[in-house]
Amino acid sequence: MAGLSFDLIALQLFAGLALGAIYVLFAIGLSLIFGMLTVVNFAHGAFYMVGAYVGLYLISIGGNFWICLVAVPIAIGLFGLAVERVLIRPLYGRGIDYPLLLTFGLSYVMVECVRIAFGKTGYPFDTPEVLQGAVDIGVGYFPLYRLFVIGATAVVLLALWLFLEKTSFGLIIRAGARDPQIVRVLGVDVSRVWLIVFGIGTAIAGFAGLLAAPLQGVIPEMGGTILAEAFVVTVVGGMGSIGGAVLAGLLVGVVVSMTSLFAPEMAKVSIFALMAIVLIVRPQGFFGRAGLMS
Amino acid sequence: MTETTQSIKQPRATTGGWYEFATRHRASIVAAVILIFPLVMPFTALAVNILIYGLYALGFNLVFGYLGLLSFGHAALFGTGAYLCGIAIVHFGWPWYAAIAAGIAGGLLMALLIGVLAIRTRGIYFAMVTMALSQCVYYLFYQAVDLTGGENGLRGINVRTIDLFGLRIDFINPMIRYYVIAAFVIAAFFVMSRILASPFGAVIEAVRENEMRARASGYDVTLTRLLTFVLSGGFCGLAGALQALHLSIVPIEILHYETSGLVVMIALLGGMGTFFGPMVGAAVFLVLENIVSVWTVHWQLIVGAIFIACVLFFPAGIWGTLIARGKR
Repeated sequence: MAGLSFDLIALQLFAGLALGAIYVLFAIGLSLIFGMLTVVNFAHGAFYMVGAYVGLYLISIGGNFWICLVAVPIAIGLFGLAVERVLIRPLYGRGIDYPLLLTFGLSYVMVECVRIAFGKTGYPFDTPEVLQGAVDIGVGYFPLYRLFVIGATAVVLLALWLFLEKTSFGLIIRAGARDPQIVRVLGVDVSRVWLIVFGIGTAIAGFAGLLAAPLQGVIPEMGGTILAEAFVVTVVGGMGSIGGAVLAGLLVGVVVSMTSLFAPEMAKVSIFALMAIVLIVRPQGFFGRAGLMS
Repeated sequence: MTETTQSIKQPRATTGGWYEFATRHRASIVAAVILIFPLVMPFTALAVNILIYGLYALGFNLVFGYLGLLSFGHAALFGTGAYLCGIAIVHFGWPWYAAIAAGIAGGLLMALLIGVLAIRTRGIYFAMVTMALSQCVYYLFYQAVDLTGGENGLRGINVRTIDLFGLRIDFINPMIRYYVIAAFVIAAFFVMSRILASPFGAVIEAVRENEMRARASGYDVTLTRLLTFVLSGGFCGLAGALQALHLSIVPIEILHYETSGLVVMIALLGGMGTFFGPMVGAAVFLVLENIVSVWTVHWQLIVGAIFIACVLFFPAGIWGTLIARGKR
């Protein structure tokens, strides 16, 4: 193929990693919530979308991108706490489908509220000035903002890992994922742990939405598309596995960006083909426990 | 064959008179209601919509209510039925009845393709995998512009008259159109009633109630699931084909995941795992949507809120709650 040099492929690989970083953040929140609460959060895409809109609003009233990076996850996380407390908690113990259905209904409400507040059409989202332009990464010039997305994702992952592995609260969370019954017997208020996990998961979703906004702009429907793709990531990586979500998220990002280089019309379909292959070869996903899925 | 999960646990003799009667003659009752239905509706187009979405929900309910698997990918089955029916008419010039057959075949085939992959997963994963696969179908139809019209939808499905045994029936007249579509929907309800009353129908519910026990009794659980999903695809394909004939266009949004979500809402609103639930749900949902959309463009907000309330307070749905009351 003429014009397809090694450098071009390497650059596309990096672009795929940046895209994959968004998937990773999104899927990690989904996976964390599922692993702990066994709730599939169908409103995760809506939290992601609201995160982008909150960022847009903060900037329009004079804030800057750096303030947003802190304020958006806090705002979305608090909102997530309220949702868990008021809407999801009554459904525990009533079958696994009900929280899913409820969050699906919630996503309708959230999307429509954003349409009422901001209108049906999308907005562009400016890349912060410091992060505009491109830098030489050895194989060619790469947009600085995409590099920032990869870096920010790495920071969030590291913080999450430290929190889960090195703090006593993280220990409770991991224990609760294994066996909530025993944790409760040991005197831990599990419902409070679940509340906080839901808050963390949604906060990361809001953060992901903010990071994605300068890449794609913001529209009320942006959450729905990524939700279906994040399901692919969780199925490929193994549901409930954080390591699986990271690996599969990056893989899906790279697959999308590589197919858009070689066969652009197949870019959207390729990730579903990937999921089909994984389902046939290894139904539990990369890091999923065998038997959990089939 | 009894109607709901609860009724299985109860001895049959305790069920009330009207309920017993309704269960025995369920398909005939649906037929009677459908026949007088347009006379009480404000306009016929709404009645036709309720018929088609009721049929769509009937097919969905077979998987959701009776088999106990939550599918979020039924738009792919409904949409494929509509597209194949439309393509058969627009590109191949098939007569209307052959096009409907093509729609049913499309629904069956798509259900087989999605089912083979999705049935490998279980429970909550089934919802995720079916949703992802239906999204894949959306992109495929979106890109096959030559066949499907892509973003603009498939236009030009003009069926003005329907020839039946030498009779030429005017399909433009809304009332006649309603009864032509109603004939198919009623037939589908009879077939569904037959399936549920058959030994196979009992196996479907056995798999939902206790998978291990069904397996131990010698039933092939995986095959039952796949077969039920494929059958569901046939009903949804028929609903899609009728939708294509009714609208004269197949919009690409028919494959959007919101169409999958819509049928979940309808089935839950009506009462999952009940025979009349899908029709009741479709009627209530669409009438509600009609009323609310006159009042505000943001009807999705109201619909979403009502759905949340339903999940929280009426998980058995309208018909399911009525049955529970009636049997007391």
